[in-house]
Formats: sequence, structure tokens, C-alpha cells
Amino acid sequence: MSHPIEVGYLRWIVLLPLLGAIINGLFGAHIQKRLGRGAIAAIACTPVAIAFLISVSAFFQLLGLEPNQRFLLDDMSKWIHVGDLKLNLAFWVDPLSCTLILVVTGIGGLIHLYSVGYLDDEPSIWRYFAYLNLFTAAMLTLVLGDSLLVMFVGWEGVGLCSYALIGFWYKDLNNATAGSKAFIVNRIGDFGFVLGMFALYWCLDESGQGTLIFRELAERVHLISDQKVFGIAAATFITLAFFVGATGKSAQIPLYVWLPDAMAGPTPVSALIHAATMVTAGVYMIARMSFLFDMAPDTLAVIATIGTATAFLAATIGVAQWDIKKVLAYSTVSQLGFMFIAMGVGAYSAGIFHLFTHAFFKACLFLGSGSIIHALHHEQDMRNMGGLKKYMPITFLTFFVSTLAIAGIPPFAGFFSKDEILWKAWSSPHGSGWIWLFGSMAAGFTAFYMFRQVFLTFFGEYRGGQAHGHGHADHGHAADHAHAVHGGHGHGQEPHESSKVITGPLVLLALGAILTGFLNVPGALGGHHIFDNWLAPVLQAGSHGAASPAHGAAGAHGVASELAADVEHVAHSVAHDPFEYILMSVSVGIALFGIFLAWLVYEKKAISPERFSEVLGGVPYNLVYNKYYVDEVYQATLIRGTLALSRILSAFDRWIIDGAVNGAAAVVRVVARVEGAFDTYVVDGAVNLVGAVSLWAGNRMRAIQTGHIYSYLYAIVIGVAVVLFVRLI
Amino acid sequence: MIEIGLHHYLVVSLIVFLAGLFTVLTRRNAIGILMGVELILNSANINYVAFSRFGGGGYDGQIFSIFVIMLAAAEAAIGLAIVLGIYRKFETIDVEATDTLRG
Repeated sequence: MSHPIEVGYLRWIVLLPLLGAIINGLFGAHIQKRLGRGAIAAIACTPVAIAFLISVSAFFQLLGLEPNQRFLLDDMSKWIHVGDLKLNLAFWVDPLSCTLILVVTGIGGLIHLYSVGYLDDEPSIWRYFAYLNLFTAAMLTLVLGDSLLVMFVGWEGVGLCSYALIGFWYKDLNNATAGSKAFIVNRIGDFGFVLGMFALYWCLDESGQGTLIFRELAERVHLISDQKVFGIAAATFITLAFFVGATGKSAQIPLYVWLPDAMAGPTPVSALIHAATMVTAGVYMIARMSFLFDMAPDTLAVIATIGTATAFLAATIGVAQWDIKKVLAYSTVSQLGFMFIAMGVGAYSAGIFHLFTHAFFKACLFLGSGSIIHALHHEQDMRNMGGLKKYMPITFLTFFVSTLAIAGIPPFAGFFSKDEILWKAWSSPHGSGWIWLFGSMAAGFTAFYMFRQVFLTFFGEYRGGQAHGHGHADHGHAADHAHAVHGGHGHGQEPHESSKVITGPLVLLALGAILTGFLNVPGALGGHHIFDNWLAPVLQAGSHGAASPAHGAAGAHGVASELAADVEHVAHSVAHDPFEYILMSVSVGIALFGIFLAWLVYEKKAISPERFSEVLGGVPYNLVYNKYYVDEVYQATLIRGTLALSRILSAFDRWIIDGAVNGAAAVVRVVARVEGAFDTYVVDGAVNLVGAVSLWAGNRMRAIQTGHIYSYLYAIVIGVAVVLFVRLI
Repeated sequence: MIEIGLHHYLVVSLIVFLAGLFTVLTRRNAIGILMGVELILNSANINYVAFSRFGGGGYDGQIFSIFVIMLAAAEAAIGLAIVLGIYRKFETIDVEATDTLRG
């Protein structure tokens, strides 16, 4: 790669949201009291909006460069220079990170705006916006970091903010527990990340080439191809460790359990952190280091398998949930599974494309559900909804469009991205028919449960409005309603459309859900893979093989001619496999069948849901309804195991260590008794005299022994000050 | 690129030290005081590393700071155990309430 172009403005993409977080975090309470809620919202939203504009300008600067020279570097400062390790606090933008920052600042900005409307009855929004801005800064650090360590800072930062925002309404113990669970599960994954980072540096250091900077890694990574760690190939070991990190952050089996519980946070948080951005960090990290993962086909097979299993199992769980946000949560886990399938079959750019489109339609779905929850005064059970189409037309329309997108109906965004992944799963050398089969089935389940949700919430008659306190009976209600300030509203009131600040972002995101798919129309449908070509210089092994340097010829002649060159290039290099059309129609067919089934059961009511679950059989239904008992299994094995181990250690402590101490004490006691006699008669006489004197002095001195720690502390500080003072004179 | 020199580190260390001292002096919560102590230890760490980097003492300062970190961990463990003991005895961790040792 050629030398990067040094620019000075990238740092502001990260620093501005950080500044917003600092201002709101430190002075928010005062600002809110003096200047009102509008000031807090302005302080929070403006930096993200400006960061978005900077990202857009970075995007255009990249477009003006030749494809294989597209990267900008902002070297802020020296950071860690110890021995051979030289790391700077530096940010870089290349096509991959540019895509991500546009998503994070763009969709993040919309969600900031939406939050202003959604949290209109929240007393301490300054705390919320401080966390949200801090999250944005951390996520941008993760994406823009030019080395693994800078990325890791962001990686930990987003985890922290996720914890803080899940437990935002911490007064409800359930929410606080959900936050802790997310944090602890993420820590397990982070351990893998750290391990991978250390192992990678260590292996490179063997040949004196240790580094953690991505662009140097890409050049030097071949050096570890012959090395072994613990008897397995170094590349496999390192990538597996990184993948463990990705499973934690991106909620894959076996570490996905925190994500459904994370729905305890405010709904915009679920949309931003637990759907559009943070959970995709694992996917981004793998794509970022695609050069390393390409060296480890075994790891890729593991990733594809785990991705397929997650996509399929989470989709089946989604079928039996009643909480509107839980359905979306399992849907997110399942869609992340799809992205990992793409990573596992080496179709990195297809995965990133799905990440991109998913960010739009899933954020729209979450915000739509938030609009419903807000309108129904924090009701989340779909059994108490229905008929909302009439009351909330804009929410309905945007939700419906996004549902079509996630179900994979052409020409909405999800069709192009999901179909690309399924096609790669079939056709890539790393892929197989099994992955395609289970992926397509998961897509069918997705269509089914999403339309089940649409029919339950928007169609039929409104089922809310009965007495309060029903419906929470049989599932742990993730408690958006915990803080509800109901005021004069009762549940009896008819729901109404949300305000413009809520519907505005919905409409924009729905437009994204319709349009973004056209950025990567496959060659088979007469498209030009614009998105793939954009990423191609970064993801050499990208799905299309369009990375050849020759293709950069279009150069700086602007976007139009560059796209034209792409068109030409693709048109000449792709021979269409007729099989692609068959697979495409099959997957659309499966999706339509899922929709039809949902319509039959929940709208036409030709089959009653109870009958439906009976037909499915009681056992599978219960299994799915209870989320495969994974939480229970973890409780029985890992948590119990940890407790048992600590009990054993405690017993060891009590019997062995304490026993030894007690034994020693017994010996000492015998000796002491002998000495005691001598003491009493010989020494005491002398000592009593001294004692009497000490007693007298002590009685005088005891006044300064107040028993209060802080008076001692003040004495120390004053003493030090006096010594300093004397010395200085 | 901003060149960061010894003075910058010393100022940061001073700020951390003062923040720690302020915490220690103003908190009535025993855990708060422990956190303040941790801050003070960390400010010492920053000084160690900064002087070792700019004072030409090789890696001595960094090794020392690792010892301090280890020591801080041990101190935190013992401190928290003591706080736990205090809580069992007094059902509070407010240091003003625990004046049994008054002369």
C-alpha cells in the first residue's frame, strides 16, 4: 500500500461527541436546571451532527482518490513507545471504516434526535445523553483506530456504555442485573480479544517485526504462517481468540445470552447499540483483519458453523416471543448470525453490506417499536396491541417497509444483502449446501415472526385499554415501564401517532431500508456491485475479486466516471451462474411462504395460534418458548460450578490454612503459659511502674485519638503542608 | 502532532493526585476513600513512568509502577475485606459512624 495522506480533521469525529459527553456528564445536572432540557439535547445532538458532516467530507475526499490509495491518517500524538513497541494515538479512514463511521454518525444522529422525543418524561436526560455521546465517541474510536490497541480502547468503551445504558433505569433491580449480565458476558469475550492481540504481537515479535498497526499487520502477517502456538497453527489460534471476542460483542452462540436481556434499556439504546452499531463491532473486527482470517480456513469453518447455528436457533426462538422488543432482539441475534456466515465463507464485503442495510431497517424497526411503546405508555406485550395501523399510520408504514426489508422481499434492502450472503454461502469455496439450507430456513422463520409481529400489533382490533396490570403474567417483562410517569393518562385512552421528532427519523430510516439495497445489486440482476468495489481495496479476498489494481484507472475523475469504470469491469468479469437465479427465487419463495403462514395464523385466523403450537408439537414449542433453556443451563453449569469452586476453596481455607494457624497457636499457648509465670512475678513489678507512668501520659494523650479516619487524614495533610512550608523557606 | 513532554505528565499526575486527595478528604463512604487512595497510587505511577521515560533511568520506573499496581490490587482486596467486616459489625460504611477506636 502506498503512503497514507495525513489529515488533521479525523480526530474531531471522535473528540466532538466525547466533548458533548464530558459537558453533559459533568455539568448536565446544572445545565438542565438552569437552561432546560432543550439545551441538553442541543449539546448532545450537535456534535454528532457535525461528526456526520466531517465523515461525509472524509467520504468525498476518499472518492476523489484512486481506489487503492484510499486512506487518510490522522496521527494525533505519541501514545505507547516502549522497547520495540511503538503505538500512536492515530485514526485512519479507508473505505471500510468510512462506511462504518457514516452509519454510526448518521444513524446515531437520527437516534439522538429520536431520543429527545422518546425520553420526554425522563427526569435526568443529561445522564442519558452523556452516556449516549460517550458511546458514540467510543464506537468511533473502535472503528477509526489505526491499531488493535486503539480499537480495543473503543471496544471496551462501548461495552462500558452498553452496561450503563442497559441499566439506565437502575432502580429496577431487573435492569441493573441485565446490565451486569451484559458486562460480564462481554468481559469473557474481551478476554479472547486480548489473548488474540497478545498472541499476534508475540508471534510477530519472534521475527523482530512486532506491531499492532493494521496496515503494518497486513504486510507482515505472512511471517507467522509457519509458527505454532500450543501445537496448533498460530494463525488459527489467534483468529479463534479474536473470534471469541467477536462472539461476546456480537452476541453469537455461546455468548449471545446478554442481548435479549439488554432490551431492559431505553428503546433508542436498543436501536443504536444493540442493533445498529455496537453488536456489529465483531463483524467489523473480522472484516478489518480479513487478511489474517484468510490464513486460517479452520477458523473460517468454525465461524460459518457458529453463524449458521446462531442465525437458525435465534430465528426459531423469535417465533414464540410475546414481548415486542424481545422478538426484535432475537431477530438481531439471528441477523448477526447471517453476517458471521458471510465472514465464515470469506464473503467479507457481503457481510459488511448486510451490516450496512441491517443498520437501517433494524434501527427503524426498533424505533418503530419504541414509537408504539411510547404511545401505549410503556406497554410491550404484543397481546395487548393490535389495530394500531389506524391510530399510527406513519409508524405502521415505516415498520411495514422495514419488515419487508428484513424478510428479504425484493426490491427492499434486506433482499439484496441477505441473498448475496446466501448465494456466497452456496458458491464460495468455504461454503456448503448445509449453510445455505439452514440460512434459508432461518430467513423463512424471520419472515414468519416479523409478519406475526406486524399482524399482532398493527392489524385486527386494538386489544389494549383493559384494566392495568394484565399480560405481564408469564414472561419476565423487560421493563421500559418501570419508570413510567403515567400522570393523568390511563390505559383506556386511544393510542395516537407520535410527535414529529419521533416519526422524522423513522421516515428517513425507512427510506434507507428501501434504497440502500440498490448500492449492491448483484451482477445476476444487471447490477454493478458498487458497494463490493468500494470495499474491494481493503478486503482483498472480497467476494468479487475486483481488487485488481488495474481497476483503479478511473482515478480522480469524479464519482460518475469511477462508477462507469466499475460497470465496465464487472460486466466483463462476471459470468452469471444460472443457478444463482434458482437460489434467489427459492429464498424469496421461502420468505413469501413464511409471510403466508403468519397471515394464515395471525390475521385470517384459519389456524389458531394454540393449534399451531400443538401441530408443531408441545416439546419443540416449549423448547423454543423457553429459549432452549440456555440461561438455565448456564445457571446450572457455569454459575453453579463457580460457586462450588469457591466453596471448595473456602473449605480449604477453613480446614487446612486455619488449622495450621490454630496448631501453631496451640504450641505458642503452652510456651506462653510458662513465660507467663515468669512474667507475672519478675517482669511485672518493673513493668507496672512503667505502666503507671504510661497510663498517666496516655490519659492525657487520648484526646487526639478521635477514632475518625478523616481527622487523621487532615492531620497528615496539614503535617505534610507544614514540612513543605518549612522546606521552602 | 502534539509533542508531549515530561511536564504534561507531571501536570496530569498532579491533577490525579489532587483529585485523589480531595476524594480521600471529602468522602465519608469508606469505599470512596479507598478509591481516592487508588487515584493517589496511580498518580505516583504516572510519575514513575514519566520520569523513567524522560529521565533516562531505563525501565526501572515502569517495573516499579507494575509493583505499585500489584500492591494496589492487594491493598484494594484487603481494604474491601475490612470494609466488609466493618459493614457486618456496624451495618454502615460511613467512616464517621465507626468511631469505636476513640480514645
